[in-house]
This record gives sequence, C-alpha cells and structure tokens, in this order.
Amino acid sequence: MEQPAIDVQGLVKRFGDLTAVDGISFTVQPGTITALLGGNGAGKTTTISMLLGLLLPTAGSITVLGVNLLRERFRVLPRMNFSSPYVDLPGRLTVRQNLRVYAMLYAVRDFAGRLAALSDELDLAPLIDRPYRELSAGQKTRVALAKALLNEPDVLLMDEPTASLDPDIADDVRQMLRAYQARTGATILLASHNMTEVERICHDVIIMREGRIVDQGSPQALLQRYGRKTMEDVFLDIARQRRADAQREVGA
Amino acid sequence: MTALLQALMRIAAMVLRYVFLLRSSWTRLVELVYWPTVQMILWGFMTKFLEQHSSWIAQAGGVLISAVLLWDILYRSQLGVAVSFFEELYARNLGHLFVSPLRPQEMALSLLMVSLLRTLISFFGASILAIFFYHFSVFTLGFPLILFFLNLMVMGWSIGLMVCGLVMRFGLGAESLAWVAIFALAPFSGIYYPISTLPDFLQAFAAILPSSHVFEGMRAVIIEHTVRYDLLLNAVGLNLLYLVTGVLVFLLAFRAARVRGLLLNVGE
Repeated sequence: MEQPAIDVQGLVKRFGDLTAVDGISFTVQPGTITALLGGNGAGKTTTISMLLGLLLPTAGSITVLGVNLLRERFRVLPRMNFSSPYVDLPGRLTVRQNLRVYAMLYAVRDFAGRLAALSDELDLAPLIDRPYRELSAGQKTRVALAKALLNEPDVLLMDEPTASLDPDIADDVRQMLRAYQARTGATILLASHNMTEVERICHDVIIMREGRIVDQGSPQALLQRYGRKTMEDVFLDIARQRRADAQREVGA
Repeated sequence: MTALLQALMRIAAMVLRYVFLLRSSWTRLVELVYWPTVQMILWGFMTKFLEQHSSWIAQAGGVLISAVLLWDILYRSQLGVAVSFFEELYARNLGHLFVSPLRPQEMALSLLMVSLLRTLISFFGASILAIFFYHFSVFTLGFPLILFFLNLMVMGWSIGLMVCGLVMRFGLGAESLAWVAIFALAPFSGIYYPISTLPDFLQAFAAILPSSHVFEGMRAVIIEHTVRYDLLLNAVGLNLLYLVTGVLVFLLAFRAARVRGLLLNVGE
C-alpha cells in the first residue's frame, strides 16, 4: 500500500482543562481530497493548525509526506501550503507584491511564469496591481488561493475554503481546487462544515465531534451507513446524537 | 539552491514586504523623520538659549543636539523592530508566514534589517536638518559616531525583540510596551546630563545600560575631545548580553505561542 500523504496517530491537544483534540488517528491517501467535517468546536481548525506546525500537540505524532512534522517541519513546509478565511494578507500591499513576497518565501523559481499561470487560472489579471485591502471577499479568496497554490504544493491544507462566500464564488473555488488536484495529483485536506462542498469534491470524509473522530469514509459510504440522501442529513444525525448524549448525561 | 541562499532569500522577502509597506504609505515615511526633527528643533533652540547663559553648554556646542539625535537612534531601532512585527499582527498575516518555510530566527533577522533601514532614514533626515537649522553636524563626531550608532542600534533591537516576544505572549494588549519601554530607561541613560548627576543607587542601575556608556562616551568626545574606548567596550559587552536575551525571549515566546495556539489568534 502507498505511504499516506498525511499520517496522524494519537493526536491530542489540551488547553488547560479543555481537550480540543482527544487522541485522534487518521491517514490521508496521496492524491485525494479529504474533508474534516464537524460543527463549531469539533476540533477541525485545531487539527489543521497542528498539521501545519502552527500549534504544538500535547501528545501524538504527525507525519506528512514521510517527514516527522514535529521534528523536521522545515523539511516539508516548502511542499505544503495553506489557506484560511481567518488569516489575511497585508492589505496595503498589492496582489502582485503579496504574491512576490510569498514566492520568495517558498523559493518559487519562475515567479513571472507562475504568476501568469495563476492569473490565468484564477482570473487575477484585473486585480493584480490593486491593494489587497480594496478587494471584495470573493476576490480576496481567489488571491488567498493563488498564494496557497504559488509553490504548487503536494499537500494543501484549507480551513473552510468557501466560508462567507456566495454560492457562485464558492462553486468557482471548489472547481479550482478540483482542477488543481486533478492536474497535479496533490493531496488536499480541508476543514469544513459545508456539506455541499464535501459531497461534491471530497473522496473521503473524517467526521469530528468534541475533539474525536466519530466516523470516516467516502461520502457514498457514509450516506449508505446512515441511510440518508445527503451529507447534511448525516451531519444532523451526528449532531443530534450529541444532543441525545448531553440529555442522557443531564438525566443521569 | 543552497540552504543558506534560501534563508537569505526568505529574509530578503520579509525586508521587501516592509519596503513595499513603507512605499505604500507616505504617512509612515513622514513619521520616521517627523519626531526626531521636532525633538531636534526643540533641543536646538534650547541649546541656543543655554549657549548664552551656561558656560558648560557654551564649551560644548552641539552636545544636546547630538544627544537628541543619538537618543532617537535607540528609540527608532527599538520601534523599528516592534512596529514592523505589529504590522503582521494588524494584517492577521502571522499564520501565513509561519506555515511558510520562514523560520522564526529569519523573521527576527528581517525585523532587525528593517529596523536598520528605518533608523537610517530617520537619523539622516534629522541630522541633515540639524546642519540646515543650526549649522551643527553630528557627523563631526567622526568615527566614534559609527560606534555609538551601532551600540544604540543593537540595544534598541534587543529591547524591540523582547517587546515582540511579550506581544506574542500577551497579545496586542501589550502593544503599548513598544512606545514606553525605551522611555522608561531614558532617565538612567544620561542622555542630557552626566551619569554622576544620578544618586548612587541609580548610577549602579545606569551602569548596566549600554546607552549610559554611549552617552558618557559622546560627551567625552564633544567636551573632552577624547574617545573613551573603555566606555564603548562596556557598551559592546552589555549589548551582547542584551541581544542574546532579546533573541531568546523572541524564540521562547514563539514556541509558547505555538503551544498556546496564539499564532492564528493573536490579537487584543
């Protein structure tokens, strides 16, 4: 069997008394798009942050592209990238300036060529010399995606890639991600609570609740397992189970 | 590309990022020269007045203007590190930077380079205006000026890195430290008066500040026309300690921010 692109074992993150991620283990196969699905506070962003090295786990191991991320993250970071609506780019810099700085950080050799390609793919030409802060939310998302694809990452991590986007732009972003994955064979892990997104582009789904993995499988397998027609219904089943658990605890 | 070349390119990328920012904002550029100029004008007129009423000042024309220009090196270099770092926090950009191959020590180095650039703009701007207004050139201090400049710059860097560390640890609520940290040391640095003016116990405190040795050295050059290398050596030794402490505080705070999850959420 091929080595997983991402291999997480026994991952724990505690903030004082709060356990945000509670001993999760999973693998992501190379060349797949996998979703980390869960409600608010499920531990998705915390997990993604640990996979990026922004957050140190309390326990557990993370291997990305065969490299121990906790010990040698600078060996693998040049082959990864990241996008999140919760992280911004400097607003006073133009799109071109922002991308140039990141191209240098990622040692992109042919910046002009890469910029032209991304500009074409993501329709950035009209935006390229405008300050980032003057762009609309949708335009900013496209620029953030360009930054995330600048180094043609083998592993792309995305936190809620279509959050606060209108359905049209959200669909564009999903198509871009799918096209990138198909063209490069990259591995994409995205945290989301957008069921449409998950159903439409993901090969595999990891469902989290209260810091734990409660189910995992392809969207089709999950639909079948829960006897539901949409991932939204699957998600609601899991959320209601949580409510039932809480009620049981109150009753006890 | 070798690892060293890649590291240099990442540092250059960050310097370029701050240059882009300065270029995009004329208010930031004006601010660099504004305060030292105002201070220099104020102390310049004070000098003119005192020259007519104080034999000490009359003997040492330019001592106050030199002091204010050198003091500004310390203040600007510290601010140059801290404010450049704050720009990343204001822009919510730390998350992007630290998932890139940029290492924290490279980030720190780039902040020092930008601080140097900002301080040079500020220092040369105000110094040239001092020649224009008062026919006094701080450059007449000669070679020791370079040593004074470097020592004050390194002390400012060290304190700037410590401030960045504290802001990483406590969030932007600690931002005001950037504006007050250096001023807290001003009375003990002997900027405008000899250290012997201070009470004994404060002289002991002043002795552990590199800045106090620099300003004593500056007065020795202007008043006694001698270069006090002993004072400069004291400043260099202390600065080495300060710089190591500053870098350690920055790196430890960075690690603590990774443990506490502050790199994505740092704010108020």
